[in-house]
Amino acid sequence: METDKSKIGTFIFNRSVQGAFYQLITLGLVALGIYYIVTNTARNMLERGLASGFHFLGVESQFDIGMTLIEYSPTSTYFDSFIVGLLNTLLVAGIGILFATIIGFTVGIMRLSSNWLIAKIAETYVEILRNIPLLLQIFFWYFAVLRALPKPKQSLELYDSFFLNNRGLFIPDTVFGEGSSIIFYLLWLTIIISIGIFIWAKRRQNRTGERFPAFYVSIALILGTFLISLAATGFPVSFEYPELKGFNFKGGVKLIPELVALTFALAMYTASFIAEVVRGGIMAVSKGQTEAAKSVGLKQNLILRLIIIPQALRVIVPPLTNQYLNLTKNSSLAAAIAYPDLVLVFAGTALMQTGQAIEIIGMVMGVYLFLSLFTSLIMNLFNRFMKVDGER
Amino acid sequence: MNTMRITFLGLVCSVLMLPAAFAGTLDTVKSQGFFNCGVSQGVPGFSNPDENGNWSGIDVDVCRAVSAAIFGDPDKVKYVPLTAKERFTALQAGEIDVLSRNTTWTLSRDAQIGLEFAGVNFYDGQGFMVRKDSGISSAMELDGASVCTNLGTTTELNMADFFRANSMAYEPVVFEKADEVVNAYDEGRCDTYTTDKSGLAAQRTKLADPDAHVVLPETISKEPLGPVVREGDGDWADVVRWSLNAMIEAEEFGLTQSNAKTECALTSNPVVARLCGKEGGTGAGLNLGDSWSYDIVTMVGNYGDVYEKHVGENTPVGLARAGSPNASYKNGGVLYAPPAR
Repeated sequence: METDKSKIGTFIFNRSVQGAFYQLITLGLVALGIYYIVTNTARNMLERGLASGFHFLGVESQFDIGMTLIEYSPTSTYFDSFIVGLLNTLLVAGIGILFATIIGFTVGIMRLSSNWLIAKIAETYVEILRNIPLLLQIFFWYFAVLRALPKPKQSLELYDSFFLNNRGLFIPDTVFGEGSSIIFYLLWLTIIISIGIFIWAKRRQNRTGERFPAFYVSIALILGTFLISLAATGFPVSFEYPELKGFNFKGGVKLIPELVALTFALAMYTASFIAEVVRGGIMAVSKGQTEAAKSVGLKQNLILRLIIIPQALRVIVPPLTNQYLNLTKNSSLAAAIAYPDLVLVFAGTALMQTGQAIEIIGMVMGVYLFLSLFTSLIMNLFNRFMKVDGER
Repeated sequence: MNTMRITFLGLVCSVLMLPAAFAGTLDTVKSQGFFNCGVSQGVPGFSNPDENGNWSGIDVDVCRAVSAAIFGDPDKVKYVPLTAKERFTALQAGEIDVLSRNTTWTLSRDAQIGLEFAGVNFYDGQGFMVRKDSGISSAMELDGASVCTNLGTTTELNMADFFRANSMAYEPVVFEKADEVVNAYDEGRCDTYTTDKSGLAAQRTKLADPDAHVVLPETISKEPLGPVVREGDGDWADVVRWSLNAMIEAEEFGLTQSNAKTECALTSNPVVARLCGKEGGTGAGLNLGDSWSYDIVTMVGNYGDVYEKHVGENTPVGLARAGSPNASYKNGGVLYAPPAR
């Protein structure tokens, strides 16, 4: 008996057993909490006559959306409106990230310039833009843009094919006729060949030290093949020009002012943060690296490209990822200026018409979560690729 | 807008977390000494705050009437300004007890979203406003127009129906807040602004030059607007419903805010005596004091008083009542309250 008791004692007072015990209790409480929330919600919804479930996704939406990247009409389903909103969000986030990166890198490098004026301009940009709330900036650009632009009938025009007014920017649409598919096949083919050339050139340089102008050769190859194939197939490309009909322009491609203002505001705002990230990254590369590079006789632009940037990127990429995520999430401010993004269309109109808040907000949260995780994944892969061998 | 999203998620979460069973709204309201009334963010004549933050308008007066009926004081109300998008969730989540925010009574809202409509305090219909210099005189000339409107409203669906039924193209430009719609229309983003005609009349007063705009003659929908409560609490719905009905019936029998005191002292008409709380004990069934309807009329006014004060022809909103559906059924309108007895 005595030994049994001490056995139980050692078992109870064993650290890992105690740890497991508390973890089990916590897990149980969390599960109980979730169970309570789910059943309580279901009961509350039933009591109040709230519809639930995802059947509404297959029902006709009966509303219109101002800008759609796919075919959409009031007879399309709520699920279609979800896709329309999602694509519009992706569009604004994609373009926003592209421009924010370009502006951000430019301004960040400008801030490090030894030229006093350039450095101060960049500093002013950063300090002003990152310290004003984004929503105000979106309103500013939207209403500034609207007020500055003329009415459709007094549109600003360029060569009778580009029109700018307070309904948007109208540009000619390219229409590819029959027989144009071969051109695209050739385009893809030359792009793949170019990638091959890059890999080959790099390997050859590593082996023999000889350099090959891969960039210029690829550009010449792609453009040359494109133009020759165009000529050979007899230019099966035509343009559809926008035309003023009634209230607005019809035909061509239309960029609505909401898209322009939102992308602009998001890109400018996020760029101010990216500029600081870039500046920090470059400054993190020790001065000795530059001096060493100079002492082996590398030119200034090669020092930047081969020594500074690869090392700086390792510092830049993780916080840069955060900025990309912020931009994507901030794009939900679109609702304020009528850009039909996921939040406005699906968590707005569709939610109001169906009243199914929990399902719809859940789907929208899922989308933003997925987009964020996906962006992180891509950036982590990129970061791993950029890592110097043997580094932690 | 991030705060917007956070509040919104908060609302959704509060639906999740609400206790499984809860006391009737009327008891809760009585014990806490006030109730929450959801209103718009500013529609002149319907629900609009002045410089001191005091709310007024015919939608506000429905809440004041409910407050007068329960507490004998029209000001035991906390006003919660809501966007069209937030309003139903706020009601479902218990953040407000009455939604009086020019809300259209429709089947899907009544049956699907867990709402109960307590009546109609304004019969409206959707219309279009355009600039006078556009030369447009009919909604049928709007083919290809850019149309500004509000998110989360029946307006959005009606305009889709209207343009589809008449095979016309249009570009919807949908904003979350009413002020942004007005602003964008004023800046020329849209050729036309569409919402309920009363809303057009009200929002027009906010435009830079109200006289440069005209409301087109077509009415493209029925919009019965009225107060809304949560489904499943009949006692509370009754209080709101009969507060509104009492205002309408008081007008029908000539009981106004200014003459109620003397009329009630002199009257020999049993209907008026009931409205005055002298006969019939109408308060008992509603769990209110017998002077509930008398308090509404003396403290807030009858329907006609309220209408003329906030949206009548002598106000900036300037909606003529005669000849509109909002006239009493005796004058050719459709305003008709069941008897308060």
